[in-house]
Amino acid sequence: MSSNEQSKPKSGLFSKENRKLLSDPFNMQNPVTVQVLGICSSLAITVKLQPAIVMGVSVLAVTAFSNLITSLLRNLIPNRIRIIVQLVVVAALVIVVDQILKAYVYDVSKQLSVFVGLIITNCILMGRIEAFALGNTPWKSFLDGIGNGAGYAAVLIVIAFIRELLGSGQLYGYQVVPTDWYLNPETGTGFYSNNGMMLLPPMALIVVAVIIWVQRGKFKDLIEK
Amino acid sequence: MDINSNKYTYLFSIVMVVIVAAMLSYAAIALKPAQDANIELEKKQEILSSINVVVERDAAGPAFDQYIKQSLVIRNGKIVENPTQPAFNIDLAAAVSQPLETREVPLYVANVDGKEFYIIPMRGKGLWGPVWGNLSLEKDGNTVFGASFGHKGETPGLGAEIATSLFSGQFVGKKILNGSNFVSIAVVKGKTSSAHEVQGISGGTITSVGVQSMIQDCLAPYIDYLKTVGSAVAPAPVSADTLTAEVSSL
Repeated sequence: MSSNEQSKPKSGLFSKENRKLLSDPFNMQNPVTVQVLGICSSLAITVKLQPAIVMGVSVLAVTAFSNLITSLLRNLIPNRIRIIVQLVVVAALVIVVDQILKAYVYDVSKQLSVFVGLIITNCILMGRIEAFALGNTPWKSFLDGIGNGAGYAAVLIVIAFIRELLGSGQLYGYQVVPTDWYLNPETGTGFYSNNGMMLLPPMALIVVAVIIWVQRGKFKDLIEK
Repeated sequence: MDINSNKYTYLFSIVMVVIVAAMLSYAAIALKPAQDANIELEKKQEILSSINVVVERDAAGPAFDQYIKQSLVIRNGKIVENPTQPAFNIDLAAAVSQPLETREVPLYVANVDGKEFYIIPMRGKGLWGPVWGNLSLEKDGNTVFGASFGHKGETPGLGAEIATSLFSGQFVGKKILNGSNFVSIAVVKGKTSSAHEVQGISGGTITSVGVQSMIQDCLAPYIDYLKTVGSAVAPAPVSADTLTAEVSSL
């Protein structure tokens, strides 16, 4: 199953090839915008930056360590139950993350509510374990996990940045749009109001679509034939 | 050893499950104190918010000690001397499932800028799960000073609106007694017509009804006590109100 790794001469920890594992998911292999995985959670928790960042970091931790653990076990896992084993690894890590969030960032954990538990169902995780960790060495798998987790987190943060800025006029909970810009119906001053649509899930979908559009406009290779 | 044999597969699963279970139990036990501390602070924060004291979670502990002067345990309208557990530790979810006569419930006596308030914690059922709240009464044991509500998973935009100040703000100034009769506060559809009604949430009928029966049910054990403290402040006037209420109840 996993004995098809190339036994190349030892390469440095951050050789060019390994760095590519980290950088690819940010661009040409982004799990959200190119592979279109993990869309559900990127719609649900991107209303504000803070939960998006915490969610991104949580997914990053889970992808990195589930890849690492699965890769360490890859020659021991019976083929017939490998999906179950992967699920157990992911589920255990997600529960640990959930418990840690509840203990140390209680407010954010309340906002994320079920979505932390639903990291288990995030296709990025099972995808990376099946496609990468089962056939690669632990260090490479670990880097691949970090890369994909970070690629996901980056998209989440971009969406949350746009939605929080336009939807609530804030960034990370701090008011950035000057308060005297806001239209005041009583005095008639001001010209600005927040776009309430941005706070609703459909706008997250549209923001994702615009990001995909911009990315494909820039990198023509990504456009399907 | 053949890793695809049945024997190995079973062995692997058993070992894996045992290891994972041990790890998770350890994590759960190790993090429990920190999680419980958060839940306790949140409870204090919610209790304080019903007397319009809004504090950050980290500051909830000292603020609670500052404003809450007494925590009493009430059973059937009387203070329980030497309760089996302190008022704050009473599990309200378990308490409200007991019959009214034997129910032991907490009552917090707060003091804000020299004014005394009674805070009654409540718990009931919404549409999808539990709803809860705190109702604070003025010294007369009748007039509502403030209210705050929370819920586990009511529908966002509909039932979940009970947690907003738009809903809870309506309770300010409402009365729970009519003369000496307990009438509670009803959550009604459309316009309110008396001091015993607030407007429900359109589209959130089941949650609104849940809040109404929660208030009715959770206030009941306190009424006799509240009447005693209320009459010490000002003797309840025997008004036409009382009479009509009695007539209508016949």
